[in-house]
Amino acid sequence: MIRLDGNSIAGTLAELFGGEMTEAQGICGGCGAENFVGALHVYRAAGIVVRCPSCDNVLMRIVEAPGRTWVDLQGVTTLQVSR
Amino acid sequence: MAGTAVLGRLTWLVAEVVETRSETPHVRTLVLDVAGWQDHRAGQHVDVRLTAEDGYQAERSYSLASPPGEPPAITVERLDDGEVSPYLVDVAEAGDRFELRGPIGGYFVWEPDGSTDPLFLVAGGSGVVPLMAMIRRRAAAGSDVPATLLCSSRRFEDVIYREELDQLAARGDGLEVVQTLTRAQPPGWAGYSRRVDVELLREVAPAPDQSPRVFVCGPTSFVEAVAEGLVSLGHRPGRIRTERFGGG
Amino acid sequence: MGIVSRGFSGRGRSGDSERLPPGQYRTRDFPVLSAGPTPHTPLDEWSFTIEGGDQPVRWTWDEFRALPSETVTKDIHCVTKWSKFDTEWEGVAIDILLESVDHDHAYAIAFCDGGYTTNLPLEDVTDGKAWIAFAYGGEPLDPEHGGPARLLVPHLYFWKSAKWVRGLSLRDEDEPGFWETNGYHNYGDPWREQRYWGD
Repeated sequence: MIRLDGNSIAGTLAELFGGEMTEAQGICGGCGAENFVGALHVYRAAGIVVRCPSCDNVLMRIVEAPGRTWVDLQGVTTLQVSR
Repeated sequence: MAGTAVLGRLTWLVAEVVETRSETPHVRTLVLDVAGWQDHRAGQHVDVRLTAEDGYQAERSYSLASPPGEPPAITVERLDDGEVSPYLVDVAEAGDRFELRGPIGGYFVWEPDGSTDPLFLVAGGSGVVPLMAMIRRRAAAGSDVPATLLCSSRRFEDVIYREELDQLAARGDGLEVVQTLTRAQPPGWAGYSRRVDVELLREVAPAPDQSPRVFVCGPTSFVEAVAEGLVSLGHRPGRIRTERFGGG
Repeated sequence: MGIVSRGFSGRGRSGDSERLPPGQYRTRDFPVLSAGPTPHTPLDEWSFTIEGGDQPVRWTWDEFRALPSETVTKDIHCVTKWSKFDTEWEGVAIDILLESVDHDHAYAIAFCDGGYTTNLPLEDVTDGKAWIAFAYGGEPLDPEHGGPARLLVPHLYFWKSAKWVRGLSLRDEDEPGFWETNGYHNYGDPWREQRYWGD
């Protein structure tokens, strides 16, 4: 098993962003595809890598350490979050 | 939604096993008592964290099998090379405790909302768990929205919730349950006898022009093959929601 | 520490050992951890390149496999806390590859199919410390584990042993790679538990 999807990091994202994030919609900075975060491809390497299902562009990198978490969202052009 | 508004900071809670129920030789349901639990939505999951005496920790996600309004219950399949699932299926008993975070998930969720669009639920093995929460929610609400569950399992004895599904389908309220057994079938088996393929989907799924809401859950390869198959039949990708399960 | 669950001990772990760096647990498995989909570059399209000399030096698969190789047995340590002892690899020492390159640089950036990068001081990939490995456990390296060839630098955390490696770019200045730019330690010595920035 190599990849899962955004559902598998729902808890991590909720802790990070302070709310439910799998229904947020992200636009890929690589190809412009818009997807729910729950539908994004998720890989677990040394850290978490979130990729666009259409073009495999890296959308997010997440590294969790005791007491701190790093997030890189450079690959996401826009994230739309409903509240 | 009320549930989302109350969420706030997600923290680790303590879950105590109240009851265990064997579903199949490899699968067990654990009913939990969770201090501080907020009600969940059908399709949501929890993160479970186990800590050993030497501080070693392992964490996995499990879908809630219970419908909203009932005590949280997870159904877990024991994977031979798993780390957490063998503990939950073989070792944990009433009174045992572990940490739990949730309920989580808003994307892979269904509740009756007045829509009459049919529901098409496709399960690969233990992928049936969140879909069963949806089916139980539908039954509890007295909903008659047309719903079809297509469930793929290896053998007859591996079919999770088989008897309950038979009973619910027999109510005649618009729920249809279609089983396929991929490895071996009992004598007289009337269901399908192969892996889910495009032809099987064509026969079982509501037609694309009925605009069904589709939820597919199971191992990654199963989910991706089914989603691609449905799109090739003309279903709109935006109407298909997926949840991939990994190892445990 | 979380509440201890009665009867849980995890999978295949052994107790303390002098061979275990701090914070690590020994495993008998070989977990597959990937930052992206497994590439499948056909061998007749594969090449390994070292940039930074007067000209890039490039080997095709056949040329690479014609180089002297060696079998080494090493313990490996992943930053996600598992360690695996006595892993057997066959590969070409970076020292051998560097014999063909005339250069004066201090850093090597490994680049890979799929876009992954990682950075190392040159002295950490020379003098018998690093290989381009093409076999594991006596078998050709599985694509899931980085085949056809991966970088192998066992004295550092295993994220430095880049899978699907296609070359090294030799530089005067360090350039933090895929994980080093996002929280993981720039050097990554498991014995000093250098997992994250600031460790």
